Amino acid sequence: MNFIDTHLLSLILFLPSIAAVIMLFLPNEGNKLIRWFALGVSLIPFLLSLVVWFRFDPDQAGFQFEESYVWYEAIGSSLHLGVDGLSLTMVLLTTLLTPLAILASFSITDRIKPYMMLFLFLETGMLGVFMALDLLIFFVFWEVGLVPMYFLINQWGSANRNYASLKFLIYTMGGSLGLLLAVQMLGVLFGTYDLLTLYQRWNSLAPDSMILGLPVQTVKTIAFWAFAIAFAIKVPIWPFHTWLPDAHTEAPTAGSMILAGVLLKLGAYGFLRLILPLYPFEAKIFAGALALLATAAIVFGALGSYAQTDFKRLVAYSSVNHMGFVVLGIAAAGLAAGTVDATIALNGAILQMFNHGLSAAGMFFLVGVIYERTHTRNLNEFGGLFPLVPVYGGILIFTSMASLGLPGLNGFISEFLVVRGAFPILTVYTAISMLGLLFTGAYILKGIKKVLHGPLNEHWAHGEHKLTEINTREILVMAPLLVLILWIGIWPAWILDVINKAVVMLF
Amino acid sequence: MTTETLIWLIPFPPVLAFFLIVLFTNKNKVLSHTLAVGAAFLSWLGSMIVFVRALGVEHLGEHPFESSVNWLPTGDTWFRIGVLIDPTGAAVLFFVSITIFMIFLYSVGYQNYGQPQGDHDVKGLPPHGATVEEHGHKHVVPSVEPMYSRFFAFLGLFAFGMYVLVVSDNLLTFFVGWEIMGLCSYLLIGFWYAKPSARDAAVKAFMTTRIGDVFMLLGIAYLYSATGTLSFREIFTEETLQALATTMTPVLGLSAAGLIGLLLFIGTVGKSAQFPLHVWLPDAMEGPTPVSAMIHAATMVSAGVYAVIRMFPLITADFTGHGLTTTMSIIAFIGAFTALFAATIAVSQNDVKRVLAYSTISQLGYMIAALGIGAYVAAAFHLITHAFFKALLFLGSGSVIHGMEHGVLHTGNHHVDPQNMFNMGGLRKKMPITFWTFLIGGFALSGFPLITAGFWSKDEILADAFGHGYWWVFGALALAAFLTAFYTMRQITLTFLGEPRTKEAEHAQETPWPMTTPLVILAFFAVTYGWVGIPEHFPGLGGLVPNWFHEFVGGTLAEHPEALAFNWIPLITSLIVALGGLFFGWLVYRNVNSVSEDKLQIPLLKNKYYFDEAYDVLFVKPAYWIAETLVYKWMDQRLIDGTLHIFGPVTDKIGSFIRYYIDLLIVNQAVGDGSYKVTWWFGRNLRGVQTGRIQQYLMFALVIFMLVGAALYFYFRYFRLVA
Repeated sequence: MNFIDTHLLSLILFLPSIAAVIMLFLPNEGNKLIRWFALGVSLIPFLLSLVVWFRFDPDQAGFQFEESYVWYEAIGSSLHLGVDGLSLTMVLLTTLLTPLAILASFSITDRIKPYMMLFLFLETGMLGVFMALDLLIFFVFWEVGLVPMYFLINQWGSANRNYASLKFLIYTMGGSLGLLLAVQMLGVLFGTYDLLTLYQRWNSLAPDSMILGLPVQTVKTIAFWAFAIAFAIKVPIWPFHTWLPDAHTEAPTAGSMILAGVLLKLGAYGFLRLILPLYPFEAKIFAGALALLATAAIVFGALGSYAQTDFKRLVAYSSVNHMGFVVLGIAAAGLAAGTVDATIALNGAILQMFNHGLSAAGMFFLVGVIYERTHTRNLNEFGGLFPLVPVYGGILIFTSMASLGLPGLNGFISEFLVVRGAFPILTVYTAISMLGLLFTGAYILKGIKKVLHGPLNEHWAHGEHKLTEINTREILVMAPLLVLILWIGIWPAWILDVINKAVVMLF
Repeated sequence: MTTETLIWLIPFPPVLAFFLIVLFTNKNKVLSHTLAVGAAFLSWLGSMIVFVRALGVEHLGEHPFESSVNWLPTGDTWFRIGVLIDPTGAAVLFFVSITIFMIFLYSVGYQNYGQPQGDHDVKGLPPHGATVEEHGHKHVVPSVEPMYSRFFAFLGLFAFGMYVLVVSDNLLTFFVGWEIMGLCSYLLIGFWYAKPSARDAAVKAFMTTRIGDVFMLLGIAYLYSATGTLSFREIFTEETLQALATTMTPVLGLSAAGLIGLLLFIGTVGKSAQFPLHVWLPDAMEGPTPVSAMIHAATMVSAGVYAVIRMFPLITADFTGHGLTTTMSIIAFIGAFTALFAATIAVSQNDVKRVLAYSTISQLGYMIAALGIGAYVAAAFHLITHAFFKALLFLGSGSVIHGMEHGVLHTGNHHVDPQNMFNMGGLRKKMPITFWTFLIGGFALSGFPLITAGFWSKDEILADAFGHGYWWVFGALALAAFLTAFYTMRQITLTFLGEPRTKEAEHAQETPWPMTTPLVILAFFAVTYGWVGIPEHFPGLGGLVPNWFHEFVGGTLAEHPEALAFNWIPLITSLIVALGGLFFGWLVYRNVNSVSEDKLQIPLLKNKYYFDEAYDVLFVKPAYWIAETLVYKWMDQRLIDGTLHIFGPVTDKIGSFIRYYIDLLIVNQAVGDGSYKVTWWFGRNLRGVQTGRIQQYLMFALVIFMLVGAALYFYFRYFRLVA
């Protein structure tokens, strides 16, 4: 018991990978065994992160459950893990969504073993980013997550998967290039990659000193953008967003759930964990540019979504729209760090990350449910399906409304907080972003209208094409999401309090 | 139980019913409607207890019932939410709970509870009737709604939204209730979702009101940023209001109070269907009639007006008493214009529900105009009386439609539109309860003097406009009042008077008790509620009954509004327009037998001034073009992806260049192959030297020795010396 207590984070982090390796030795034929094994082991990190959640003391400043192991002594990098209110929220989201994604994948029959293994490796990659307190470790896990996702899209995706997976991989790697250089520079400069040390020493450099023959301010500006572009691609912010609709649309259902649910959060998390603390000055200078791009993402993301005829692409574009609010909140906080408005904006941004993880994962899963039955995602081929699938329809409307930001459900709380926080700081951008909010309504209603409402498309009503109702396993995937969506919508304090305290102490 | 606890509990029974029906009882009709109606009853009961207790509190305005809890952490402080019942809240709670309960009850009858399953009914379409065999011969009777339970679930959720809005002590939960009603409105307008018209009307309603809502959200964010709170009681303190009124903004020269008021008011424009966002409400008549009554007459659209009433102290923060502020002028103008403009459209409508829809828009305009000129009590008064008689009229029209549908099923001629008034006539004999209650409602709407509630509230608005010298408001509203009486009497004449114009009308039937009971109860309030607000100085009647409404509701404001001095001019105007309109309506339409005889079928009016068409060209189509073509095709696919796709070929080109020109040409050919060739060339050409003759070798050695010696000599002789 003592071992578990002292190694909670590393257990959460590495158990999925260990399980994936064990899976190699399971018999190839036992699909059922592999599925249940994968689901079973993915529940352990979830339970452990619940333990962490309940033991976590939100009033204590700094990181908790810290662990540190020697990793690459020669260059001063160590496997340093720890969580605060910000990362713990994301860890919880990841460990919650992974079992759900695995349960959602029970319908996969093709090469199930490597599929499940990739999912478990992916979980380690994502968790590593959220837990890392060492810049190099952060980068390593950042890249590690890419590989399983590449293969998931490339091997289990739909028609255009080669293009989409390549675009996803190259684009993200392209962004990481600058990040790697900037990380290296920091490491070389200070002889350590430890984040807590870097926070201090990087910010206490004398402003008139020279680094590598350049003024410190120039270097910081370049490094800021190297970080910012890497994260901006991942979030994604306009105009770096076009990999997203392709990757999300072509990925298998569970892949899209994780992509939208967690992978996008890595970018936003990068902004919060690295950019705001490491570059407070640059974040302030360039907040306007960031806000402009965020607003563009909000408005153009909504418009782009409204333009789609492919249901999954519509949902994919909605992520651009929703993540725009996260970045708008971050930009506002960058501009007016330390004020109450900034705190509210950041509370909203972080909660929006969590909320979008729930609703986007739910939406992608629901698209997958209908795609599996009809083998089409074309909105014009549906129509009037509500009487055939009343339960599915009800769940779809509920989840859509969460995505729309209906008051009473989770999305509203976070969007309201962002708007409230950003309004006094970035008034014009906030006002323009309302246009995006308007079109959020338009595309959500378009989706519902084209799928559920209107005259019944008889093709799906009879014979071999007869549309079947959502089954128990699928309802079980949705149930935790629905409960959380409603719970956070009505009583957000349980999670917002943790976030709020972290924000107050951090920024 | 304390009153505060009770207020907290009021909204919950309906939402509980919603979840229970959706999750468990949706297969069971009896259980579902029992849950819903029972929940509405409980909320009504709670509201009545709160209302009665509120009556017993002296100076309720200063010491309202309130209670709040922490909700959202915001840095070091918490955002609190809670409940508040002040006099206005209590008065609103009174009418809301009654109308909601009545409409729930009515819905049981309207959705044909107890009737057989339809022959060809499908989910998503209105029921078409069932064939039953009685005494050996077959006939068609109305069939039960296929999605009966779902209807009650939605009604429950809706009622929850309205109660949340009414009891909120802050603008944020107010907005939550507001939007939940918006969702329910969408779900209920599109209740028969398989009908394309209903589906489109639902989307239109949601989107049009959402335009207002995003402005409202902005206003809420602004207000919250400026004052640090959204609690009504905290905002409406002297200092806060003063601060807001004196802070200037760069927009239109408005003060912060004015700008926030305007932003919030745009939300009302959407919700209460005011010009220019009025277009959704007539289409919303696609929903089942109880929905029209509840959402689009008594509660949700009233919520828009209620929002302005709630924010009245803010909107009037920089109002000194003479000369309207910019925000108030805009509000007054929108209200007065809408009142008149919608009334002109109502005159030419033939659908029994659409007349009422435009009438609702027009009457809401009345209230908005009243608020714009600062007539707080009059607006609140009209809000309540209107809710009673408009709910009554909508339910009455639903009863008429039901009766007509009965006739349609009897004759089997489904081409007859049971909602078109020209297919009716003479229904007073067939449907006496509906007729008499409808008449009461219609007269109340027209402002029939002295006995109807509508007279007292409308008269008060006109008197206020006149008394404070807002001539244009007075003129527009008086004209609108005339039109109101006119189209109301046109409706009554065409529907109930004269002789039946179709076979279907001849076979119309009175509706069952769950439908007629609410009519009678609402008719009672449509008459009596006016008597609680008779002005003190009214000739003859004034002072006989105390002007309770003015005293009670006026007490909400920090400064109790003064009672207006009596003036004959508005009273006489009011009498002339009401009686004149009713008279002319009867005179013109008593002998009209078909649409072609109706002189008011003017294309401009019938087509609602072509607003739908104009909006389609101006906003809907461009929005779609911008989304689909500009943003998606041109920007994302061509510009951004096009740029990205350059990277591929360019990288390929660079790679090819390196391969063909550097690797193959220079490295392979020039360096790799070249070094071999050069060596080979030298070897081949130097081969001739290797002759094997010693003399020749020595000869070469001598020549080279001499050349090197000469070179060394010159080098040392000249260069070294120079250096």
